[in-house]
Amino acid sequence: MPQLAVLCAVLMLAPLAAQAEVTLSGFLQQDTAANTVAANPDGRHAKWLEERAQLKLDASDGAWRLLAKGDFAYDHLGRQDQSELREGYADYVAGNWDLRIGRQVITWGLGDLTFVNDVFPKDHEALFAGRPLEYLKRGVDAVKLGAYPEFANFELVLAPGFRESRIPDVRRFHLYDPMPAVSNRETIKPGQGDVGLRIYRDVAGYDAALYLYRGFQRTPSMRPDSKTAPAKITYFYPQLSTYGASVSGRAGEGVLSLEAAYYDSRQDRSGNDFTIPNSQTRLLMGYQIQPVEDLSLGFQYYVEQMHDYGAYLAALPFGFPVEKRWSHTITARLTQFFLHQTLRLSAYASYKAGDGDRFINPELRYSFTDRVWGAVGANVFGGKPWGPFGQLSHDDNLYFQMRYEF
Amino acid sequence: MKPYWLLLIAALLPLHALALSGEEAMKKSQAVFLYPGKDFKARVVMKLINKDGQERVREMTMLRKNAGEAGGDQKYFMYFFQPADVKDMSFMIYKYPAKDDDRWMFIPAINMVKRIAAQDNRSSFVGSDFTYEDVSGRDIEDDSHVIEREEKVGNRDCYVVKSTPKIANADFGHKFTWVDKANFLPLKEEQFDKKGARYKLFAAEEVTEVKGFPTVIKRSMKNLQTGHRTEVSYLKTDYDIGIEDSLFSERFLRQPPRKWVD
Repeated sequence: MPQLAVLCAVLMLAPLAAQAEVTLSGFLQQDTAANTVAANPDGRHAKWLEERAQLKLDASDGAWRLLAKGDFAYDHLGRQDQSELREGYADYVAGNWDLRIGRQVITWGLGDLTFVNDVFPKDHEALFAGRPLEYLKRGVDAVKLGAYPEFANFELVLAPGFRESRIPDVRRFHLYDPMPAVSNRETIKPGQGDVGLRIYRDVAGYDAALYLYRGFQRTPSMRPDSKTAPAKITYFYPQLSTYGASVSGRAGEGVLSLEAAYYDSRQDRSGNDFTIPNSQTRLLMGYQIQPVEDLSLGFQYYVEQMHDYGAYLAALPFGFPVEKRWSHTITARLTQFFLHQTLRLSAYASYKAGDGDRFINPELRYSFTDRVWGAVGANVFGGKPWGPFGQLSHDDNLYFQMRYEF
Repeated sequence: MKPYWLLLIAALLPLHALALSGEEAMKKSQAVFLYPGKDFKARVVMKLINKDGQERVREMTMLRKNAGEAGGDQKYFMYFFQPADVKDMSFMIYKYPAKDDDRWMFIPAINMVKRIAAQDNRSSFVGSDFTYEDVSGRDIEDDSHVIEREEKVGNRDCYVVKSTPKIANADFGHKFTWVDKANFLPLKEEQFDKKGARYKLFAAEEVTEVKGFPTVIKRSMKNLQTGHRTEVSYLKTDYDIGIEDSLFSERFLRQPPRKWVD
């Protein structure tokens, strides 16, 4: 609520900023996602059911700009804390540097729902509950400094506090739990923030970038107080550093993207602690083409490799699912426009070789007018009960979105 | 000797003018239509109108900068105001005369800059009846051009140039362009489909001079087969305003400068 108070204050004070150019816009939205396989663990039949209003204020004056985007939401499934400040920042733009301070969305890397160097917080629940794409990302409270000397571009992100990704709620989604009998649980968030640096430039017609990050995993690990007879589970966010690179450019008829990162699991470099993810290498190759008018196809091949696999196997308690050293995932996306690009059919599918972990998301979206659009889509999950998507196989849903923009 | 030279030149001039080839006419036409000035800016309002008269509006700022002479490389920057669901989206094209463009898009919803594939220049531009090529030009070398005849459009004398694609990279079979003999602007264009039926009709509806450059500030494209049409107005048109090369970068794609985008 303090965030909303800030937003309200900003909205009321903004017109006072005399010569500033101010625009106010927003939308009203209805979201419904109905279960198609089973009820939620809490017995409800919808994954999502809410009305939402967003107000966006954009004010600029010379080198300064102020943006505030706030959501007021009414949730029918018992959550009363869904109103939030989505973004709220001030920009200062100088000749060859700029500054952004406040809550902001940061997206790094080239992946399509596959994250290699995008270490910033996401809302996985939003994706799985069929909410509009913009809710996939959560803002971070940070200072972002951009510097643009001749030879390269730099983007430094300093976040004084840590913000985690939102994982699906156990009352709405059937999540895999290796220790369901333990009900005493607590979450410990890191007491410090994180820092990231992206350096990018054109190299012979290709977009090249380097990424460095020092902070924490955005999704929690769980640690029992005892391997054999646990009485309490602590959720925590292990220390993580990543070092990555990406390049994208024209190749043949389409656009080729290559991305790689080394995940340094700083809190367990030996790999002996089974509660902390092993250090990893992540590789992504993507290709996008437009074979005919208004049709776009995208393919991705994504690899994860565990670095200390022997140690991981040795430390893993009996009865826990065993992950493979290498994991190979392929994804495909089709996007087709019809009716002068007012009707869009899109379908995304992801499949992990080996254990068959999979996710399919078809969607049809139509703009009734320039202000009103609606979408209908489905989320279909499958795989082993402990896989990232497989655990959600009882959470398939059909969703509807309707938005009026003003 | 001098008078003889003048005479000779005078005698040659009409011959020379007659000898203007279809290709030269189209080259000159492209130069005045798509390359005037070192740079260019306009607020573009597109109305997409279906055969029942239902209207949708696409509104953007379009900025262009030439790398050198007419017919050479260009950079385009577009920022969208309307419709609401694409507001704040921006779009950048590096256009090269003899190879495929490079294109990037900024998607504000997830704050991401994406390079996008774009080999199909005959694709509709933002759902309108104009294609990318209609907006930023079609390679002269892709078609053979012949001046068929001369004709008036309104009170303007025009060359009528027939262009036929040399390779099968077009959605049209052939087209006629009415090129103003005085300033070389294309005033009208008729496209025929591959079966020879009338397909699309372009008209330059209002021409005005901006900083000495004749500029089409109202134009339309009608699909004669579907009845769908697009009407375009260029507002706040200006040339030679000193757009920096650095504008055409990821930095400004994410954060379009207010001084250019209005």
